[in-house]
Amino acid sequence: MTVESTAARKPRRSAGTKSTAGKTTTARKSPSTDPQLVQLLTPEGERVKNAEYDEYVAGITPDELRGLYRDMVLTRRFDAEATSLQRQGELGLWASLLGQEAAQIGSGRATREDDYVFPTYREHGVAWCRGVDPTNLLGMFRGVNNGGWDPSSNNFHLYTIVIGSQTLHATGYAMGITKDGADSAVIAYFGDGASSQGDVAESFTFSAVYNAPVVFFCQNNQWAISEPTEKQTRVPLYQRAQGFGFPGVRVDGNDVLACLAVTKWALERARRGEGPTLVEAYTYRMGAHTTSDDPTKYRADEEREAWEAKDPILRLRRYLEASNHADEGFFAELEAESEALGKRVREAVRAMPDPDHFAIFENVYADGHALVDEERAQFAAYQASFADEGGH
Amino acid sequence: MAEAVTSKAVTSKSMALAKAINESLRRALESDPKVLIMGEDVGKLGGVFRVTDGLQKDFGESRVIDTPLAESGIVGTAIGLALRGYRPVVEIQFDGFVFPAYDQIVTQLAKMHARSLGKVKLPVVVRIPYGGGIGAVEHHSESPEALFAHVSGLKVVSPSNASDAYWMMQQAIQSDDPVIFFEPKRRYWDKAEVNTEAIPGPLHKAQVVREGTDLTLVAYGPMVKLCQEVAAAAAEEGKSLEVLDLRSISPLDFDSVQASVEKTRRLVVVHEAPVFLGSGAEIAARITERCFYHLEAPVLRVGGYHAPYPPARLEEEYLPGLDRVLDAVDRALAY
Repeated sequence: MTVESTAARKPRRSAGTKSTAGKTTTARKSPSTDPQLVQLLTPEGERVKNAEYDEYVAGITPDELRGLYRDMVLTRRFDAEATSLQRQGELGLWASLLGQEAAQIGSGRATREDDYVFPTYREHGVAWCRGVDPTNLLGMFRGVNNGGWDPSSNNFHLYTIVIGSQTLHATGYAMGITKDGADSAVIAYFGDGASSQGDVAESFTFSAVYNAPVVFFCQNNQWAISEPTEKQTRVPLYQRAQGFGFPGVRVDGNDVLACLAVTKWALERARRGEGPTLVEAYTYRMGAHTTSDDPTKYRADEEREAWEAKDPILRLRRYLEASNHADEGFFAELEAESEALGKRVREAVRAMPDPDHFAIFENVYADGHALVDEERAQFAAYQASFADEGGH
Repeated sequence: MAEAVTSKAVTSKSMALAKAINESLRRALESDPKVLIMGEDVGKLGGVFRVTDGLQKDFGESRVIDTPLAESGIVGTAIGLALRGYRPVVEIQFDGFVFPAYDQIVTQLAKMHARSLGKVKLPVVVRIPYGGGIGAVEHHSESPEALFAHVSGLKVVSPSNASDAYWMMQQAIQSDDPVIFFEPKRRYWDKAEVNTEAIPGPLHKAQVVREGTDLTLVAYGPMVKLCQEVAAAAAEEGKSLEVLDLRSISPLDFDSVQASVEKTRRLVVVHEAPVFLGSGAEIAARITERCFYHLEAPVLRVGGYHAPYPPARLEEEYLPGLDRVLDAVDRALAY
């Protein structure tokens, strides 16, 4: 396949054009040739200057660069482990972030401890940056809980499965920060599919009207299950912000440095009281939507192969090597650390106990509820009736 | 009967419930150019459960439409298309995702016929795969039928088997009223004989799927199969249970429930949805009114708890199962 570079800025025709379905898989945009795309590292690992955003990564040390690399490698390793745990039946489902490591690590590392993150259900890399133990993310995918972590311990909200809902929560949280006179900021993650939801449009409206300190971080991974972005929008998504009265930027989502720089810029705007920003991280979902999905039904292998050349980890490795910021020892050590993480996750999942049956009735209300108490008692009596019969 | 057997040899074939709906949609697309299919991933992918598999390929993108990811938009535009003379069949991908569209369904779809003094008809079918038992993550296993049955202006149905799924879909599409069509997703792969020529009974009529004399089990959708298993297990203990498949929740065929209860004098209602203010509550109230002097026991209900649908590893405890229904049967028979 050849990537159609000249058409990079041209919005595609949406539904109703007969040829759309057949062509979407062979004529995709190339981020590296998009003049509007913020990129600091090319797919070949070359550092390119950017007058607007360089200052946000100007002081970055080799140690910090290696840190970003390590974050991406470990996140990918964790993700791969989770996928195989699903295949082994240890998880019911897994939503892989493969290919989106740079978007998540770059934006996640841009946040400050007091900032607040509202994820979708795929932000495993952001969770990592926030210090959420990866094994905590797996409970809901194993089916032992519906969330399971305390959002306030890392300022990392629970995963949200209903598409787009969390953008309004993020906006409200940001409105609260303003009311409190604090200089924290909020970052709300969502995808290209979610951009069609009413909740997302409403969150843009509210955040603009109330000048809320929120960054809308849209990972445009090109696919909402089987539907390409063209089924959601005629204009590039970052341009939506303009109509709501705040800036929108498209960043190379496979460039961790660019994602870090642009997100820092957007968060600092928020802290300064300049209101919301939309960041569209242009990236690619390398895997299936979830382990239940079969992408061979709707997209061509060639498209994936073209994006493999833009791999986020590979390009930072090339840069680290070319600039002598990392040696063989570093990569070897990371490889070992990576395997150890995989092992730890595997063991933790296998050891994760099934919840107590009575967990059904726990935490339904903060102040209790007579009907829940009554049903819990009935359930207990029912379960006890089996014990009386010598165990079923 | 002889005639039915002859025609069965020609027109009846075994198919899974999902395939039966697929065939029914195909027939509707073939027979009425105004029928449209709309939803997320219904086109090229054929839906996440493959219920619309192959339809876009055969009927084109203008009739089998991959919509933006926006449920309110799907139902809202379906209303507009219906105003323009189309008959949209829209898919909500999972039960827990219907709520962005709930406003359009409740405030617009359900009421426009009455508001227009009968001038406007909205023949929209909203397909919703519902219910648990498939080990899914949250918002993928819910049974919100009572939330729709409570709204006047909507008809609410749920087939339990492939044959009903085929014919009830035909009838739902032909209906001039909006129909919320709840598909029992855990039964999508269950096969049954579907006779595509047999003339079906009315859409909103219940069916006795097993005759009995000691107690009536009323269910619909995914719980009918369970109740048949319960009846079989009870038969081994010498109890004769009748199983009534409601098929329609609104309107609800109280006459058939009454006729069965007048015979058996005992009633247990089973659904996955929470018991509290669920359809079983309405059935219990009505049957108590209608059959007060026939009943030998209070009407009992088996269903979900007043708690969020639990994570997958607890759903067996939450959902009505063989033992829980048998327990209710025993309690009803003990009066």
